[in-house]
Amino acid sequence: MSFLSSVPCAMADGDFYKLPDLPYDYGALEPSIDATTMQLHHDKHHATYVKKLNDALKEKKPRATNLADLQAEAMKLGSTVRNNGGGAYNHALFWRMMAPVGKGGEPSEALQKAINAVWGSKEGFQEAFSKAATAVFGSGWAWLIVKKGGLEITTTPNQDNNLMISGSGIPILGIDVWEHAYYLKYNNRRPDYVKEWWKVVNWSEVNNNYENYALKGIPVPA
Amino acid sequence: MKMARALVGVLVMAVAAVAGPETNGQYEQKHLPYDFDFLEPAIDTKTMFVHWSTHYAGYVRNINLVVAEDENASAIVDKPLEIIQRDITTLGPFARNNAGGAYNHGFFWTILTSVSSSSQMKPSPALQAAIDKAFGSFDAMKESFSTAAKSVFGSGWAWLAVKDGELFVVSTANQNNPLMKGVNGRQEVLIPILGLDVWEHAYYLKYQNRRAEYIDAFWGIVNWDKVSQYFEEFASKGKPVPV
Repeated sequence: MSFLSSVPCAMADGDFYKLPDLPYDYGALEPSIDATTMQLHHDKHHATYVKKLNDALKEKKPRATNLADLQAEAMKLGSTVRNNGGGAYNHALFWRMMAPVGKGGEPSEALQKAINAVWGSKEGFQEAFSKAATAVFGSGWAWLIVKKGGLEITTTPNQDNNLMISGSGIPILGIDVWEHAYYLKYNNRRPDYVKEWWKVVNWSEVNNNYENYALKGIPVPA
Repeated sequence: MKMARALVGVLVMAVAAVAGPETNGQYEQKHLPYDFDFLEPAIDTKTMFVHWSTHYAGYVRNINLVVAEDENASAIVDKPLEIIQRDITTLGPFARNNAGGAYNHGFFWTILTSVSSSSQMKPSPALQAAIDKAFGSFDAMKESFSTAAKSVFGSGWAWLAVKDGELFVVSTANQNNPLMKGVNGRQEVLIPILGLDVWEHAYYLKYQNRRAEYIDAFWGIVNWDKVSQYFEEFASKGKPVPV
């Protein structure tokens, strides 16, 4: 994958975390997700979470030294760290969990087997996941997580994620259903956004998240 | 502008022909007191159209479904929308979310007006006195409300609300409102007289992530005549505002 981004990411001294570049151009996920949304979503929303997190962590001293490990402490460190640490993490994974239409591959044999064990088929899983994503009221995310070696679908409000609550699972796939993720192109039509989003899911990344991290009990790094 | 209005008019009729405003249940989707473009440039025409015809319509449709189909909903049958807010949480999240959404939006349209109308208005003497007492000044109240509106994380609302005749600025998550008992960590009920929707759908098409600009523009379209009336005739008498 080539790294193309026009966002200059200068890291100031002492910042806990650096905003990652998008792994592709703003327009790479068209027509599922429009270029303007990708630009705003990364350069404004994600960037703001990162900045506010870095500012907050100049006061608070976490035990974690990386963003993935920070999630487990996020709720203890106050709402600014929870909200912005969650936002920084969730979005870092989100960009990588997507790829241009036709470039995302398929679930690995191991992942497909695990999916079939719970939902019978890939289609069964997609239907259940789409339903969960559509049902989130207000801002939040829907996730595929690994918990006790098995797969589950969860949803979280705002910028929370399952890593924030000990033992509640490791996310390997997620969809942002905050309105900013889809409103410019889809307005209120979230089901249409979710349907189109499936075309840009980066299964190669999800497979990697599953086999090299979640199955080993390790959070996916950001 | 006239062309845009004509186009929106055609669009409205097309949507109405397909979906129609919600008028078949216990609660009615109230018409906007103005055209979709009336709040320009503070709130854009398309946002008003999508907001009213899809988001608001959906909440009204869903609360009517609760009334019609939920066998536990007898407590809200034939009760006004402003009255059911108080104990709505007992009927579960679907009822609360949609009763709240229906009320909040029905309320919201009425406290907004055009830039030119709003510029001729100000709080009534009684409302201004209450503002001065609670905040020190009109500007201090605006500052407090704006901060609350900016600080909502995720979806929610900011409110100017009354308890025992006194004014407070509060915020609520999702489609909750201060009339609801036992939400947002509060057992007490406050009566809103002014509110601002800060769900992204309320501003994203025009303002994108720039919520602060939307909040600034909001102050130019407040219908202070309505807000004053709500204060004097309802809230300061302990009555929720009917919508």
